[in-house]
Amino acid sequence: MNILKFLTAGSVDDGKSTLIGRLLYDSGAILVDQLEALQASNRKNDDGSIDLAILTDGLKAEREQGITIDVAYKYFQTDKRKFIIADTPGHIQYTRNMVTGASNAGLAIILIDARKGVIEQTIRHSFLVSLLGLPQVVVCVNKMDMVDYSEEVFHKIVADYKVLAGKVGLKNINYIPVSALKGDNIVNPSSNMSWFHGESLLPYLEAVEIPADNRADHARFPVQWIIRPQTDDLHDYRGYAGRVSSGSFRVNDKITVLPSGFNSTISKIELLEEEPDVALSGMSVTMHLTDNIDISRGDILVNAHNQPEVSQRIEADLCWMDTRALDTTHTYLLQHNSKVTRCRIQEILYKVNINTLDKEFSEDFRLNDIGRIVIKTADPLAYDLYQNNKANGGAVLIDSRTNVTVGALMFRANAE
Amino acid sequence: MVEQKGKNASRNQLQTVTLLNTIAKHQFDACIGGARRDEEKARAKERIFSVRDEFGQWDPKRQRPELWNIYNGKIHKGENVRVFPISNWTELDVWNYIRREKIDLPTIYFAHERDVITRNGQLMAASPFLNMDDEDIVERRNVRFRTVGDMSCTAAVESYASEIDDIIDEISASRVSERGARLDDKVSEAAMEDRKKGGYF
Repeated sequence: MNILKFLTAGSVDDGKSTLIGRLLYDSGAILVDQLEALQASNRKNDDGSIDLAILTDGLKAEREQGITIDVAYKYFQTDKRKFIIADTPGHIQYTRNMVTGASNAGLAIILIDARKGVIEQTIRHSFLVSLLGLPQVVVCVNKMDMVDYSEEVFHKIVADYKVLAGKVGLKNINYIPVSALKGDNIVNPSSNMSWFHGESLLPYLEAVEIPADNRADHARFPVQWIIRPQTDDLHDYRGYAGRVSSGSFRVNDKITVLPSGFNSTISKIELLEEEPDVALSGMSVTMHLTDNIDISRGDILVNAHNQPEVSQRIEADLCWMDTRALDTTHTYLLQHNSKVTRCRIQEILYKVNINTLDKEFSEDFRLNDIGRIVIKTADPLAYDLYQNNKANGGAVLIDSRTNVTVGALMFRANAE
Repeated sequence: MVEQKGKNASRNQLQTVTLLNTIAKHQFDACIGGARRDEEKARAKERIFSVRDEFGQWDPKRQRPELWNIYNGKIHKGENVRVFPISNWTELDVWNYIRREKIDLPTIYFAHERDVITRNGQLMAASPFLNMDDEDIVERRNVRFRTVGDMSCTAAVESYASEIDDIIDEISASRVSERGARLDDKVSEAAMEDRKKGGYF
């Protein structure tokens, strides 16, 4: 079944958790025992109805503070599609969690409170959605019940948002006026807003086509494991195991191994006991080549006629995710698919004020900071630019002192 | 660790001790588990590569960011990673997979006749491991187990689904979640979170 992974950006105040609760509740995904747990809980709306928000706040600290801290994944299914919701926190101090949730989503729902319109956090969320390259956006103007279901209010917000979308470079945007609390335009068209002729949210999500976020013409196969059993019956066996990250490979395709640059031809593809002619994006297979060449974990096989960038200096967007600030004198580990190499941040070009979108120069780079840097790696990397191919254009930084993931990198230009 | 006593005693806590001891004995770097995010709200916050400290503890506030398909498996000595490859599957996905791959299963997952007693609205298998008294009425019912854990804390559900197709129909129509049959989750609103902090899988 077709799966749609989407992100919800907004805060509790915008009714984000209520919106998710409403989708789960109206689509029948909330089950009797979960409903009983809800009813047993002492959090209720002012009118005594169940507070749908507590369905999504999974941790004790979140329930205590009434905010979402970490990404929570929620699942529901209709007869048309399976949905995975990455419910991410909207507060600025949890920007890194939103970046994390956005990295695997195909669509973002951006929530706007009809009473407040486009505000600072709308700018921030829209910037992050654009930074992570989500191909599709739905702007839900929520709490329409609080503005008498006013068509003027909705159109004013749509006009304001279009200006913002132009600034941050978002395309493919849909606008839906909703009330998550009352259920208007969530599953069924609202009788309170007969002036709106678009689809309600759920039917829209069921039907929307998400453009593929990796390129069909970029065949990329990061090698995870070299299989050489060297047993009597498999004396000459040498296979390269991994997962096709984008594009596809066929038997007899000419390939190049990067970063070494050796050329060869695919002689066989293995998938468990089968030997298919083609390995598609997402498939975990073992490749065999016509030549015995030096290949290690971390190398990448690509189609010979459409190769990625190879360099040791790269310009990238960086989102810093650790409480300890970036140290430009420290050597970090960079993990790019199966490749791990040492690296250093050589230059901070600018930081983005994500509330105003202004570029600022700054020496320091702290938790939740986002900006453009130049990185130098110990080994050459074979990468695509993130805007062309997400699957081969992102990497994480690891602090070797703590082993914690401290940064997310989106490669933007070859800096050699 | 002392085994709980009394009518509602559960042996669930005992599992964590054995698990942590085994990991320490064999110095495992990684343990692969079948937990899914759709099971329970604390599990919904779990990473696919979930690092546990040297005491086996899960700290939900100090989880590593996990972006794209890049998994950071670096650990210090004494730590381990719990890896959950089917995090994004649902119960229905699992059953569809079992059907497609024709996987053999223990019969306990299919409907069968069994002596049960009703406790807090749940059907518990009558067994020597359950502390029963005169108030407990043993009945013969048609049941199956959607989730299989320790007998002292895993309830059966009433079911006539004896084939995989029946089970898939039953889950699709079910109005109770799979972990709804787990008494260990119902101790408090944060029951799962607390146990995972203590090292539970």
